[in-house]
Formats: sequence, structure tokens, C-alpha cells
Amino acid sequence: MTRQFKLIYQIAIILLAIAAAMAAGSIILLTIGADVGKTYLVILLEPLKTTLQISEVLLRAIPLSIIALGISVAYRSGIINIGAEGQMMMGILGTTMVALSLPDLPKPLLIPLALLTGALFGGAWGFIAGILKAKLQVSELLSTVMLNYIAAQFYTFMLRGPFLDPAEKTLGGAGTPQSMRLTKNLWLTRFIPRTRLHTGLFIALALAVLIYLLLWKTDYGYKMRASGASGRAARYGGISVEWYLVVSMVISGAFAGIAGAVEVAGVHRRALEGITAGYGFSGIVVALFGGLSPIGIIPASFFFGLLIVGADMTQRLVGVPANMINVLQGIIILVIVATKMILADPYLAERVWRAWQKRGKKRVEMEA
Amino acid sequence: MHRITSLRMEHITKRFPGTLACDDITLTVGEGEILALVGENGAGKTTLMNILMGLYQSDEGRILINGEEVRFRNPNDAFSAGLGMVHQQYMLIANMTVLENIALGYKEAWSPLKLDLAKVRGRIVEISQKYGLAVDPDAYIWQLSVGEQQRVELVKTLCLGARFLILDEPTSALTPQETDELIILLRRMKSELSIIFISHKLQEVKNLCDRLLILRHGAVVYEGETADHSMADIAALMTGHEVELPVNEEEACNGTVVLDLKDVNVLSDRGFLALNDFNLSVRCGEIVGLAGVSGNGQRELAEAINGLRRVESGQILFFGEDIANKSPHHIIEAGMGYIPEERNTEGIVPSFSLKENLILKDTEHDEFAHHHFLKNKAIDSNATDLRVKFDIRSPNTSVAAGSLSGGNIQKVILAREISRRPKFLLAVYPIRGLDLGAAEFIHTQLLEKRREGVGILLISEELDEILDLSDRVAVIFKGKIQQVLERKDANRRKLGILMAGVHDDQTV
Repeated sequence: MTRQFKLIYQIAIILLAIAAAMAAGSIILLTIGADVGKTYLVILLEPLKTTLQISEVLLRAIPLSIIALGISVAYRSGIINIGAEGQMMMGILGTTMVALSLPDLPKPLLIPLALLTGALFGGAWGFIAGILKAKLQVSELLSTVMLNYIAAQFYTFMLRGPFLDPAEKTLGGAGTPQSMRLTKNLWLTRFIPRTRLHTGLFIALALAVLIYLLLWKTDYGYKMRASGASGRAARYGGISVEWYLVVSMVISGAFAGIAGAVEVAGVHRRALEGITAGYGFSGIVVALFGGLSPIGIIPASFFFGLLIVGADMTQRLVGVPANMINVLQGIIILVIVATKMILADPYLAERVWRAWQKRGKKRVEMEA
Repeated sequence: MHRITSLRMEHITKRFPGTLACDDITLTVGEGEILALVGENGAGKTTLMNILMGLYQSDEGRILINGEEVRFRNPNDAFSAGLGMVHQQYMLIANMTVLENIALGYKEAWSPLKLDLAKVRGRIVEISQKYGLAVDPDAYIWQLSVGEQQRVELVKTLCLGARFLILDEPTSALTPQETDELIILLRRMKSELSIIFISHKLQEVKNLCDRLLILRHGAVVYEGETADHSMADIAALMTGHEVELPVNEEEACNGTVVLDLKDVNVLSDRGFLALNDFNLSVRCGEIVGLAGVSGNGQRELAEAINGLRRVESGQILFFGEDIANKSPHHIIEAGMGYIPEERNTEGIVPSFSLKENLILKDTEHDEFAHHHFLKNKAIDSNATDLRVKFDIRSPNTSVAAGSLSGGNIQKVILAREISRRPKFLLAVYPIRGLDLGAAEFIHTQLLEKRREGVGILLISEELDEILDLSDRVAVIFKGKIQQVLERKDANRRKLGILMAGVHDDQTV
């Protein structure tokens, strides 16, 4: 097989995959009577038309990328973290607690402290799943999902109880379960006028660099990746696989916690229900879609941010419910997974190559 | 279902990017004939057989069965033409019975609602009797030894209608006794069908096969009667140069004891005593060969010494320090080198690059890291050096180690373990499944280390390897040392008897 053929083959497969995804999506859109072409245009292009829209896409990409970075560390170390949603809620609670109890701390102190506390809370939540796996071989799929439930209930309890906005209390408990507006010292600067885009963007980029250095440039990263790639070989090489499993889970939880802290300090400025908005789960997809590396995760989180904003806009502009866009997302993800499998199949490539050659020969014969 | 009276592959050529895997190969197998296909790793044997089995398509050439041209687009085509292959790795499901495993592929017993197990059982009994292959249909695969599993593979292949067998290194995992049994069995089977026998082991080839085809770098270098050439000649044709496996002929040195196991008890995975009051000592500058049929506690011994398995009681003294139940990291730092049995899954991280695998045990040492940041230059130059020094054949040092051939993976492991300057080396089945050239290289390296004063414990079931290299030979049976012999007192017969569990004094 020539290199040229391989390239054409890969591009062709990817184009076919995109076509397949769009075709499958079209069928679903047609069943609800939507304007297919317009829907696609709105999803993919509308969010990029104005600075405001782009800033909204980036705003979604910030928590997605931070969570995905954490998940990639855990995944590379051999543990699948489905608990980012719960870890993010714990992070929000930690940040809120700091901001409520130390409202007068100056900004340069309060923000780092609040972020760290968020990381600590999220990390602690990740630690539970990690240590259960390391010491008792409890499946992380089980423990992280269960910990999500616990975190969700605890979160609601805190918002309705200790953190409840005193203003809401006067309504006699019938008000919105949310904290009071947090101190201005916690707020992340919004650096583009008339948008909500905040400095969390730079935090996310810095964390991406950090993860890249950790995983590929240090011996800790080497050991984590070795533990994840082949636990047996890592153990043979004197690496304490269990230890790195716990460490990676703590890092993963801490990142989800930071994502929560950044959302509170940058966007909502108070703790309220629904901040996590499924970021913890989408983060898994972003991490895998981004090839479990920061270089892939950054564009992947932008793409998923685009889909989220696009979904909002289709609802408003084309009348297609946002939930339909979730369906489209699901299709896209399935197609991507299938495409990866197809591209990795050397036998198929070989068969296509043979067919290609045969056709070439025939053409030569015909011309001769 | 008629017999295959002749099979012919003509002018088979197969190119892969950058290599010519098969270069105009022609081979013929007649009725009731066993053809040996020999060659070093990477000579093109497996590619050729994959073409025959329809896994690959050849670029040029054709396949004829009983004089008629056939085309195999996939393995199913080859199966239905009556070809069957037993691979090196057995395709059996461990927690299912023999019957269930065979039923999996036996489509005639399938109907939409019912799996006719009685029919499968009948077929198994029929095949077992026809070929004299005794198998218990109700045994679970995990209960069977490697030799028995192989018999199940053979029965499976035959049950599915194979009238022509391809055996890919069938003896590489067998004990000497099992190998002898297999050879007798195959000789008997040849009255019913034809066989292509792929092997590195020339003794077996001489014993079993009528004709021989030697491949080197994808091309046929010799085809003819097995009897016409000596083993040394065949080896020379295979490798392209004279091969002489090195032999340890020096006087044993009476150095100090460096590894001393005292009354060690270790449990196996299934919870019974794998090592039972085990005692053994190794001095510096000597090679102790531990002979025994695999499954008698060798794996558990190697793991216990390296801190990978719990020691229930007893002491493992390593340069005077008890390392029983210490962490693997601690034991590595104490100077232990270990060439593990499972080279593909334990000795390397398959998805890591060659150069990354070479620093598996040294990522925190100053040589390769500074304040926990890896020194890429040092890692690169280390890999470049070792790749040349240990003759690791790879396109570069960044390829995934798992993509290398078995012999080259073993060289990667050896390079890492030896370049770390260990004080002691534990080598488990170091040449299992390797070709002669690689075996020669590895044995030379081990003898070199011995000369430098490193103590070596060599666990093997190949008596030739044990007898060639060891200063002393210990025989393990059911987790205990049967006897320790000086090299001059050890011979094949004696070791064979001890390995079978008979005490020396009981025999004569």
C-alpha cells in the first residue's frame, strides 16, 4: 500500500462517517418534521457568527476541558472515572464554603484559596473511589456512580440548608434552593466586554499544559501511564500500581472540583442547582474524543461546547427541541467510535487496496 | 468431504510496506506427508501460512488443491476446503468445558433454538478414536495442562472437518515428555492426513518430517529430504551462518552464596501450596539450572523472589538481607534482575515505545530523570546504544515494543536487565519459542554475566539449555527440590526421571 493511498483511504472513511452521521441525523430530524438543512447550518455555523456566540461556546468548553483533562489522567492510569459529576458538585460546595466564610479576604488570596478548596473537595471524593479500588478491588464504575448519587443528595441538602440564601429563607422554604450571591472578591474577571467569558479560560489552558508535562515529561506520568497500559508489567517494573491508581483518581477528582469552582466563580457567582449540567458525563466523551491527550482535548471541548450552544439556538431559531440535539450528539459519538475501529482494521484497508489496484489495472488495459 | 491428496502453493509473493515477506515461494505437500517449514523469526513462515489460511491475499502466485486452483478470501473458505490450523496461542475459553469449546465452532450441531451437544459429543468420541487422541469432553480447559489443551485444539480442528493440518510451533510450550507423545501421535495421524509442521526445533523436525523447506528472508533456501542434512547444516541454512550454541565449560567458582531460599512456602493462585518448604541456594558467578515440568512451582518461585507474590513462611536471603514480602521496587533496588516468563505482557509494556521500555525500572534514577523530569536525550541515547549492542531489530527506537517479534522483545528485556548491572539474574524460560540465532545470543550474554561474577538462576524445561549452561542443576517437582546435581553428574536420562517425580535412589 502506498502512503498516498493510505491518506486517501483515511480521508474517504472520515468523509463517509460524517455523511453517515448526517444521514442518520436527517432521518430523525425528518420524523419530527424539521428543516434538515437549516438545522445543520444552525448547529454548526450559527454559534460562530458573533463574538458573543463564540464566547458562549468557549464558556462551555472551559469546564468540559478541565474535567476531561482529569478524566484522561485517570483513564491513562487504568481507572475509569464516571464520578466527575459528583466530584464537581463537591468542588462547588468547597468553593462556596470558603467564599461564604471568608467574604472579606482580598481577591488575590480568595480565588486561589477557593479553587484549591474546590480541588481538595473534588479530590477527596475521587480518593474514596480510588482507595476502594486499590485496597478492596471495588469496581470504580460502581463506586463513582454511587458517589454521584450521594454527592447529588448532599449538594441539594447543603443548598436547601446551611448554604441557603437568607433572602430565600424569608419566603419560608418555598424559594429557590441556592446560596446567596457570593462575594465580589471571588469573581473571575470577564475580560471581553458584553460577554460572560472569564479568566477561567486561562486556568483551563494552564491546566492542559500542566497535564501534558505531568503525563509525558515526568517519571510520575510515566509510571501512571505504565500502570494503566499494563498493570502487570508496571508491577514487575517496581511501580506501585495501586498507589498511582489512587493518585490519579485524586487528580481526576480535583480537576472536576476545579471545574466546579471555576463555574461558580466565573459564571454563576453563587451555588445553585444544575450548575454541573451533565458536564461530568460529557467530559468523559470529550476526553475520549480528544484521544486522552491535552492536545486533542482542547479542540474536542470546543467542538462539544459548539454543540451545546448550537442546541440552544436550534430550539430558538428552527424550533427543533434541544433534546434532539442530544440525540444527534449520541449519533456523532457512535459514528466516531465506529470510524476509529474501521480505520484500525488493516484487513479492510488491504481489501480496499486490492480492489483499487484491480480497477487501476483494468483501466490501464482498457486504455491499451 | 474427500481427502486432500496434494496441496501446492506456487510462486507466492507478498509485499508489505518496506519488506518482501514472501519472495516467490513454491511448496508442495503430498498425501500422507509431513512437511517441515523452518526458518528464523521473521523469515516469512507465518505470513505464508496466513496466505494459505486466507487471512492474507498473496500479491502473486496461486494455491492448488488436488490440482485445482482455489481462492481463499477469508479463513472460512480455507476451513471449508479442509484446511485446519493450530496456532501457537490456543483459541480456547478457559472457563468452558472441552465439549462446549468444540461446540462453539461446530456449526452442524447448531439450530436456532437448540445446541445439539450430544451430536458434538459423538463427533468428539469418533475423532478421538480414529486418531487415538484421548480427551475428556467434560473437563474444563483451565483444569488441563498445556499439552492436554493442545490435544483439545487438535481434536477441535479435526472435528470441524480438517483434512490437512498446519501446526504453528506446536511444541514450543510443551514439556519434553509431551513433545515425544505429540510426535508419536502425529506420525500415526499421517496415514489419514497431511501436515505442515512449523518449528524451530531441528531435533523434532528430523524425527518427524519426511521433507523440509527452509525459508530465509522470505525466500526458499532449501527444499528436500530431511535425512540428507545434519542438524548443524540445517541450522546454518536457516541463519545463513554457522550456529553453535555456547556451552559453559569453565570450572565452577566457589563464590559466596548470594541467594538463599530457606523453607519457603508460597500459595498458588488456586490456594494450594505451590512451594512447599523450598530450599535452594545460588552462589555468585554460578548458573544454577532449575529443571522441571512447568507447573511445579516455577512461576510462583520467580514471583516470590521478586516480591510479586506473598511468601507465607520462610526466608529469602539476598546478599544477607531477607527480601521475602518486600516490595518489587525494594528488591529491584537491591540488585535483582529478572527475565520473566511472560515476556509479552509482563516483561514489557506493549503499547510503550522501545526506548520507554528500556527505562521501565529506572525512571526515578538520576541517569534518566532530573527533579522528576525525564531526560529525553539520555533516554534516546540509551536506547540507541542498547539497540545496537543487543542487536534489537526494529525500524527505530520509537516503535511500540509490543509490535516487535518474540525474539526482539526478549532482547529488549535482556538489554534492560543486563544494562542495569544487576547483582543477580533470574531468567525464566529465556529462549522459549525463540529461533536459534536469538537463543545463541541470549545464552552468550548469560554466560558473559556469569563470568563477571553475577549469580544466575535459570528456570527452564529444556534440558539442553539446562545442561549447556548450568554449573549445578536442581530439579523441582511439586514445589520441592528433588535433588541438586553437579553438572558432571547430570544427564538427560537422570533429569527426566527426577522431573517425573521419581527419586534417584528409587530407580536402580
